[in-house]
Amino acid sequence: MSTHDGSTTDLVDLALETARSAGASDADAVYVEWTSGAALVRLGEVETVKMSRERRLGIRCFAGKASAMASTADLTGDAIEPFVRSVVEMASIVAPDPDSGLPPASDLAADAPELALADEAGDSISPDDRVRLATRCEAAALGVDPRLTNSEGAEFSHSGSRIAYGSSTGFRGRYRTTGYGISVAPVATDGDEMQRDSWSDSSRAYARLAEPESVGRIAADRTLRRLNAKKVPTQTIPVVFDPISAASLLRHLASAVCGGALYHRASFLLDKMGEQVASPDVTVIDDGRLEGGLASRPFDGEGLATRRNVVVEDGRLASYLLDSYSARKLGMSSTANASRSVGDAPGASPTNMYMAAGEHSAQDIIRSVDKGLYVTSLSGFGVNGVTGDYSRGAGGLWIENGELTHAVEEVTIAGNLLDMFRNIEMVGSDLEFRAGICAPTLLIGQMMLAGA
Amino acid sequence: MTTSADSNALLPTQLIAERFGLDVAALEATLGAALARRADFADLFFEHRVLHSVSLDEGIVKKANQSIVQGVGVRVLAGEKTGYAFSDEISIDNLKLAAENARAIGATSDKSRSVDLRGTPTAPRHDLYPVESSALLPSLTDRAALLSRVDHAARSFDPRIKNVMASVAVEDKVVLVANSEGDLVADHQPLLRISVNCIAEDGAKRQQGSAGGGGRVAFGFLIDGEERALGFAREAARQAIVNLDATDAPAGEMNVVLGPGWPGVLLHEAVGHGLEGDFNRKGTSAFAKLLGESVASELCTVVDDGTIAARRGSLNVDDEGTPTQRNVLIEKGKLCGYLQDRLNAGLMGVPATGNGRRESFMHYPMPRMTNTFMLAGEDDPEDIIRSVDRGLYAVSFGGGQVDITSGKFVFSASEAYRIEGGKLAGPVKGATLIGNGPDVMKRITRVGSDLALDDGVGTCGKDGQSVPVGVGLPTIRIDGITVGGTQA
Repeated sequence: MSTHDGSTTDLVDLALETARSAGASDADAVYVEWTSGAALVRLGEVETVKMSRERRLGIRCFAGKASAMASTADLTGDAIEPFVRSVVEMASIVAPDPDSGLPPASDLAADAPELALADEAGDSISPDDRVRLATRCEAAALGVDPRLTNSEGAEFSHSGSRIAYGSSTGFRGRYRTTGYGISVAPVATDGDEMQRDSWSDSSRAYARLAEPESVGRIAADRTLRRLNAKKVPTQTIPVVFDPISAASLLRHLASAVCGGALYHRASFLLDKMGEQVASPDVTVIDDGRLEGGLASRPFDGEGLATRRNVVVEDGRLASYLLDSYSARKLGMSSTANASRSVGDAPGASPTNMYMAAGEHSAQDIIRSVDKGLYVTSLSGFGVNGVTGDYSRGAGGLWIENGELTHAVEEVTIAGNLLDMFRNIEMVGSDLEFRAGICAPTLLIGQMMLAGA
Repeated sequence: MTTSADSNALLPTQLIAERFGLDVAALEATLGAALARRADFADLFFEHRVLHSVSLDEGIVKKANQSIVQGVGVRVLAGEKTGYAFSDEISIDNLKLAAENARAIGATSDKSRSVDLRGTPTAPRHDLYPVESSALLPSLTDRAALLSRVDHAARSFDPRIKNVMASVAVEDKVVLVANSEGDLVADHQPLLRISVNCIAEDGAKRQQGSAGGGGRVAFGFLIDGEERALGFAREAARQAIVNLDATDAPAGEMNVVLGPGWPGVLLHEAVGHGLEGDFNRKGTSAFAKLLGESVASELCTVVDDGTIAARRGSLNVDDEGTPTQRNVLIEKGKLCGYLQDRLNAGLMGVPATGNGRRESFMHYPMPRMTNTFMLAGEDDPEDIIRSVDRGLYAVSFGGGQVDITSGKFVFSASEAYRIEGGKLAGPVKGATLIGNGPDVMKRITRVGSDLALDDGVGTCGKDGQSVPVGVGLPTIRIDGITVGGTQA
């Protein structure tokens, strides 16, 4: 077996050339190489070390307006040709779709900005270093309080990838990324009660990753404050979402503004362009070129230059997030949000999406609430993207006279996402770019809490 | 295995040579090298998987997709430590490198040990899904034609059905496990699934409904007799139309009746995850140290059974090569067993239960469920509904989640009705149900005679690993669980 060991773009070239000679009218191809290493430490002992390496080639072939996709890990020289030929044949069987096709060559990215997505500084981190960093993180967490008696462990991980994309319209592009992550999940015990929470940090640059000790201490505080939790009676109350749970609300909004949900008529924001879909205090941005962003990329999954899109401006729905297929379906233009896994056709999805920070400190927001719930965790899948109906399990802290009091668990909060976004009364100043989708602390005026 | 008369049985040695270009000696050398530091155990997990999917949307078969996944994972165990490395390039050099990486957990240098792969199974192997590859995957044309009939069936159900999204996914997977105790086991694992999602519109109202099914079955499962696939299409359409009239769900604690089949997701979340061996060994599960104690009402007997023919959650052998079995988890309310993989069973001093599963060669095994269900009781299902004066009857669920440490779990209804005066009233919008595992299981006061397993669509996620599972339940009544609606 001879393995094709040329550069990343050579493989993309080979796949595209094979597709052309097999009769494809158009094609595009993605090649990804991914390496990773991680160490998990539990109760001070190494529990797991992981190392990996993957490579995959994905190709989409068109037969006029019909297309098919495939991906493979078998990159031996003589395997690629029959693989690509089978995709061209599949495309000839699938029905033509009038809206399918590659974006026009004139729309393709002409620049390739340096977005600080890769940091070689971490290449010198050895497997033993990973163990030491995870050990420090867990020790810091468990050292905070004697009630922290157990742990699901702390993990340090490090990954790197090389991504290349090319199309028969002439686009060739590639970029590298790195990722560093640290997390810990301590367990606190008090009598018969046992509670677990976690904290983590991740970054493209090693130097910007949080100190292991600070991640550990935050995880410890989050876990301890869950102890002595009570169920509260069913009632209508104001709800404060901490930045982690507020980001989950933004993820539901993201799904509703993406092209797929819109042309399937499966979005609660269908036909709402230009309308007030959130409180005037709410502005939501999607920025594919945020420097060092966890979801940044110089070009999208179809070779278009990524950009900054204002999705919601002062509460008005200002832009959908589209790839070129959903844009054609909707009679609009792509917003350069095509994203694709190696083996799937592109689809629209957010990049770095965030709610712009407001003026209020988290403390001021909590102080403004006479009686309500401060949510720090949400669970379950009770979100209907078609209607916006929302019902999820919630945990957090009870607010009484503007002060956080006891922990709350085993309750649900429910409403409709459109009403919830319109009822956002305060937006926090505490936005941090912790993940692809982020939000600051939020206050929603009224939700139904179901409990005892 | 070599003695099996089954034409579909795999010869591990032949498989290694044909699919992976290696021989048994190479595997023995790799295992020996993996053990070179002070390790207790090493195994190799080879996987070759081809996934074929085709999907329809807006009446057009728009997408055809194929992915080929292959690779090998090398695992080394030393006490509680796991070293894991994988590569999707299967070659002797890469195996050596992976073995070196995986054994990094070992403390002291030692010499390579010798491993003798017998190539014979240590226990009788099941043959739960004898499906030929050719019967699993008909032509793309045939699969596309079925989806067009599915589209037609859903739209003919009611003119308010405005869009149908349907897909058929066929997975043809071969796995091979070789370990330092000499076991060499292979399995061919077919998996078929159809999914149908309908959007209904009536004026300004829009809703969705979904259905689907499958298993470790031939494609004929979908087209036999009256075309089971069309039944799923009509079911998805029916649910979308019913939900158009759904009113706000109630909020607060009330009596809830769960219908048979897929609502068994309750057991998966409320008890199943909490009984996985890893959490209990570490003492982080709400069920830790409760073996022999009462954790459910006496009406409840809960089983995890990986040996049911053709089911989505079934396996001949788990992903460590251990034959699957029927494990009674709760018998008449008493906790009597955990789900174990090799590592956790060894550390807890109990036998492995055939529940060591992994998503792919890129993941190391963990204790996981297979098909989890409650045995039938004696009550007439209609009597159970009649016994509730005011409450909720839930027949379909979207999915659930559990915090195994606090025991709190949620699962979200996607089709539910109010019960008023012992009778079903109108449909209500989806709502999340929340409770504490052991507490809710003790509140089960009626168990119906109508045990049903789900249609074969379940996927369970744990630590980022997804595996196919099954659930099942007879109609049951729960006295007092919190329903997360919006109507006080």
